[in-house]
Amino acid sequence: MPAGMLLVAFALVCVLLSARYPWLVRFPAAAELPVAAAFNMALSAFEARTESAFKLVSRLLTSPMSMVRTALQLTPWSMVVLGFVAMAWRAGGIGFAAFVGASLLYVLGIGLWEQTMNSLALVILSVPISIIIGFGIGYLAFASKRAERLTNPLLDILQTVPAFAYLLPLLLLFGFGPVVGLIASIVFAFPAMVRNTMLGLRNVPSDILEAGEMAGATGRQLFWQVRIPSARYQLLVGVNQTTMAALSMVIIASIIGGTNDIGWTVLSAMRKADFGSSILAGIVIALLAMILDRLTAGFATRAKTHRSQKDIPFRAFAALVAAGLMVMYGASTRFDQLAAWPADWIADPSESLNRGIEALVLFTRPVLDAVKTGMLFFVMLPLKIGLQKVVGPASWGFQPGIWHVVGYVALAVSAASFALLKGRDVAASAILLVAILFYVGLTGLPWPVMVAVVLALGYRLGGLRLVAISGFALGFLLLTGSWQKAMLSVYLGSLAVILSFAIGSALGVLASENETFSRLMRPVNDTMQTMPQFVLLIPVVMLFAIGDFTALIAIIFYAYVPAFRYAEAGLRQVDGRVVEAATSLGTTRLQRLVHVKLPLAIPNLMLGLNQTIVYGIGMLVIAALVGTSDLGQEVYIGLSAGNFGQGMVAGLGMAAIAMLADSFCKAWQRHYRTRIRNG
Amino acid sequence: MTTRDNAPAAIKLSARHLWKVYGPGADGFFDSTGPRLGAEQSLREMRAHGHMPAVIDVSFDVREGEIFVIMGLSGSGKSTVIRCLSRLVEPTHGEVKLDGEDLLGKSTAELIEIRRHKMGMVFQNFSLLPHLTVFENVAFPLKLQGLGLKDRRRRVEHVIALVGLEGRESSFPDELSGGQQQRVGIARSLAVEPDVWLLDEPFSALDPLIRRQMQDEFLRIQNTLKKSIVFITHDFLEALRIADRMAIMRDGRIVQIGTPRELLLNPADAYVAEFTCDVPRSRLLTAGDFAVAGPAQAASMATVAGETGFDRLVEQLARNPDGLQVNDRHGARLGIITAASMVQTLASFTPVSPHAS
Ligand SMILES: Nc1ncnc2c1ncn2[C@@H]1O[C@H](COP(=O)(O)OP(=O)(O)O)[C@@H](O)[C@H]1O
Ligand SMILES: [Mg+2]
Repeated sequence: MPAGMLLVAFALVCVLLSARYPWLVRFPAAAELPVAAAFNMALSAFEARTESAFKLVSRLLTSPMSMVRTALQLTPWSMVVLGFVAMAWRAGGIGFAAFVGASLLYVLGIGLWEQTMNSLALVILSVPISIIIGFGIGYLAFASKRAERLTNPLLDILQTVPAFAYLLPLLLLFGFGPVVGLIASIVFAFPAMVRNTMLGLRNVPSDILEAGEMAGATGRQLFWQVRIPSARYQLLVGVNQTTMAALSMVIIASIIGGTNDIGWTVLSAMRKADFGSSILAGIVIALLAMILDRLTAGFATRAKTHRSQKDIPFRAFAALVAAGLMVMYGASTRFDQLAAWPADWIADPSESLNRGIEALVLFTRPVLDAVKTGMLFFVMLPLKIGLQKVVGPASWGFQPGIWHVVGYVALAVSAASFALLKGRDVAASAILLVAILFYVGLTGLPWPVMVAVVLALGYRLGGLRLVAISGFALGFLLLTGSWQKAMLSVYLGSLAVILSFAIGSALGVLASENETFSRLMRPVNDTMQTMPQFVLLIPVVMLFAIGDFTALIAIIFYAYVPAFRYAEAGLRQVDGRVVEAATSLGTTRLQRLVHVKLPLAIPNLMLGLNQTIVYGIGMLVIAALVGTSDLGQEVYIGLSAGNFGQGMVAGLGMAAIAMLADSFCKAWQRHYRTRIRNG
Repeated sequence: MTTRDNAPAAIKLSARHLWKVYGPGADGFFDSTGPRLGAEQSLREMRAHGHMPAVIDVSFDVREGEIFVIMGLSGSGKSTVIRCLSRLVEPTHGEVKLDGEDLLGKSTAELIEIRRHKMGMVFQNFSLLPHLTVFENVAFPLKLQGLGLKDRRRRVEHVIALVGLEGRESSFPDELSGGQQQRVGIARSLAVEPDVWLLDEPFSALDPLIRRQMQDEFLRIQNTLKKSIVFITHDFLEALRIADRMAIMRDGRIVQIGTPRELLLNPADAYVAEFTCDVPRSRLLTAGDFAVAGPAQAASMATVAGETGFDRLVEQLARNPDGLQVNDRHGARLGIITAASMVQTLASFTPVSPHAS
C-alpha cells in the first residue's frame, strides 16, 4: 500500500478514536513543559544580572531621543515645512514638493502636528543608527567569509520572525516607554541595510575595480573612491528600505501605548470605534510613508541616472535653503502664527466623517454581510471547526443526517478513485486527507495526524533534514501547549496565503496581458506596500467589524502584492521568441498563456508564493489587533499583560510556523526544479 | 605598418614562461623552475583537479614604440595574459620584466607607483566610473596621485583634446555613445603619460563603422606618442591594420609570433591558417611580391615601386596592358608583372582550405 493511503488510514483511525480518547485532539496538559514559566524565570535571572547594562543603553538612547523630539516640537512648523519641501524639491521635483507641502499643511490643519513630530523623531533617530549598524555588518560580511556565514542565517531569522515578536523581549529588557519603540525599529530596520550593503559592495563590476587599480588606487582609495560610489545606488535603496521598515515599526510599537504619537492616535480612536478620527490620523501615516518613501527613493534614483542636469549645484542649494530657514526663523519670532499653528486654524472633520461612514456602512451592510457570512459558513468555519459542527439549519439551512455524511464520503471516495485510476496516487490520498480535514476541522483534527502528514510530506520534499526541522517545530508547539492556538494561526494563515496568492497571481496575470490594467495597479501596489501594515486595518474594521474575517481581508490586502508582482514580472520575462514561435503555430492568446507562458513562469510564481507566505504571516500577528484568537493574539496579550513567558512562547510559535512554511516552500521549489531537470 | 628596418629598438616589456592556473592552491603544481611534472603531465593533473590553466608557458617581448597584438578566439587566455602583465592577475609562474626590472617581485607600494606613472590600460567595456563626469574620469588617476588642481586640469585638457572630446567634459558616461565612452577610457589611460599602454579588446564592443574610425584615431595618436603597446583583439583584420608584430593564442598557448605578413604567408599550423583564410591576402601583397623574372623591355613598360599596394597595382595594370616593371627604392630592377603572371601568383597564394583534405 502506498504511503499516502497509509496516512489516510491512520487519519481515519485517529479521528474515529478521538471521540473515545480526547487527548488525541487535545494534547495532554500533563505532558506539556512549563516553558513559559521557565522563560519568565530565565528572564528575571538575566535581568537581575544585566539590568544595569540595558538600563544604560536605554538611558544612552533616551536623551538624544528626547532632544530630537523637543527640537522638532520647538522648531516653528514653518521651518519644518520649508525644510521638507526643499528636500522634496531636490529629490523629486516641483510636483513632489507641492505634494509634501500640502501633506504637511493637512497634518497641521487637523491638529496632529505634535503626534506626527513625535513619531518622526523616532524615525529620524533610528534610521541613521540602523544605517550605521547595517552598513558595518554588511561590510564585515562582504569582507570576511566567516562573518558572511554568520550573517546570512541571522538575516533569514530576522526576516521570518514576525516584527511584533521583537517587541516583547525588548519591552522587558528596556522597560516601557518610547525608547523600546526606537530600539525595536532599529532591530527591525537594520537588516535591510545589511542586505543591500552586501549586495551593493559585491556587485560592483570587476572591470571597474580593475580600472581603479590600474589608475594606481591604494586599497583604501579603491574602497572609498571606486567601490562605494559604484555601489551608491544599491546603498541608497538600502536607505530607502531601512527608512520604510523603521517607520513601519515605529507605528507598530505605538501599541505599547503611553506615547503621544500618531500610531497610538490611530489605535485608540479605532478602539473607541471613532473611525472618523482614526481615518484622519491613518491618512497622516499614509502621507508620512509616501513622503519618506519618495524622498529616499528619489535620492536613490538621482544617484542612478547620472545626468549633467542643469540643476542648481548642491552648495548653492544648501545655502539657499539655509537662508530661507533663517528668514523663516526671523519671521516666526515676529509672528506667532508661524511658530505654533494657531488653535483656531485647526479643523476637526471627524464628526461629519463618522456620520458619513455610518451611512456608508448602513448602505453597504446587506451586501457585505452576505459576503461575510457566506465566506464564514462555507469556507472559514468548515476549515476551522469542521463541517461536522458547522452544518446546521442556522448556517447551511438543513439538519445533516446520516445520508448527508454518506454522500460526502461517497463524493470524496469517488474523486479519489478517479485520481487513482489516472495513476495519480498522491493526489488521491491528498483528496481523502482534505476531505477528512474539512469534516473535523483544523481544531478537531487529532494532532498525531497533523504531525504524521507534515513529517511524511517533509520527508518526501526535503528528506531527513526537513523531517528534523518539522519535528522540532511541531514538538515545540505541542510541548508548550500552544497547539490549539497554533492551529488557529494555521487556519487563518493558510487561508489568507492561499487567497492572497490566488488573487494576487490572477491579477498579476491580467496585468501582464493588459497594459492599462498594469499601469493602473502599479500605484495601488506601491501604496499597499509602503503603507505601514497597521493603516490597512482601519477601513477593513470599519466595514466588517472585528473578527477572523476582518483579519483575513486585512492580510489579503497586504499579502497579495508580492504574488501580483512576481506573477506579472515572471510572465513578462518569458522569452519573446518562444511566444512568437507559439503564435506561429496558430495558438490562441489563451492557449499561449496557459500552455506556454504560465509553465515558463512557474519558478517566478513559486518565489511569489514564498514571499506571500512571509508577508501573510507577518501581517497575521498585526491582525491580532482586530480580534483574532490565535497565537498572534497570545503575543499581543503577553505584550499588554507584561507576561514575558506567555508572549515569548507564542512569538516563537509563530516564528516556528513561519519557518516551517518557508522551509516547505523552498524544499518544494527545489523538488520541482530537480524534477524538471530529470524530465 | 612598415617594420623598422634599422637596428631593433630596446625591449620594453618581456614575458618569460608565463603560466596562470585558476583555482585554489594552483601554486602546488610548480616549483621555482616550472611545472613539477613537466608541462603535459602537469596540465593533465591540473585539469583533473578542476583547475583551469588559462595561460600556458607564454613568452614574448615588446619593443619600445612597438604595437604588439595578441589575437585569439574568446577564452584563449588573452585577457589573462594582459592582466598578468599589469598584475591585475598574479601569474602562477614565470617572469615579467619591465625596463629590465622584475615586475613580479615589486611590492604593492612599488606596483602602485608603476601603475601611476608607467602603465595605462584600456578595457573592453570602457569601465568608466558612472558617477564621475568625463573630466573627472580622466582626472581620476591624477587625483589619486594627489596632483594639484592646476596640473591636473592642464593634463586632462591635453588628453581630452588628443582624443577629440572637447566640449563633452561635463557629460556623464551614460550620456555618451560607445565610441565616445571609449575615447574617455583612452584619455584616462593616457592621462598619466605611461610608457606602456595595454589595451584589452578596446574596440570590440563598438559597431564596425565606429571601430574602423577608432582604429584610425588610435594609429594617429600612436604616431605622435610612440608608446610601447600590447593590444588585444579577436579580429584578425584589426590586427592586420595595426600590428607591428602579433602573437596568435590558442587554448592558453602562443602558437605563432611574427609580423602579420609572416603569419599570412607562412601560417605555423592549420589553426593559424584558419584565421587567415578569410583574409583577402592580396591586401598584404605589394608589387615586389608579384615581380617575376622576365625579358627586359624597359623602354615600353611603365615602372612601379616595389612597395606599391595591391589596389594601386591593379589600377596600373589595367592602364598598361603590356605589363609593368618593378623597381626597388634604389631604382634596381626587381622584375616585371603582367596580367597573366599576376593571376598565377595570386593562385599560388590561395591557401588550401583547412577543412578540405
Ligand atoms: N577568475 C577566473 N577564474 C577561473 N577561470 C577564469 C577566470 N578568468 C578567466 N577564466 C578562464 O580562463 C580562460 C581564459 O579567459 P580569458 O583570459 O578571459 O580569455 P579571453 O580574454 O581570450 O577571452 C577562460 O576559459 C575563462 O573561463
Ligand atoms: Mg577577454
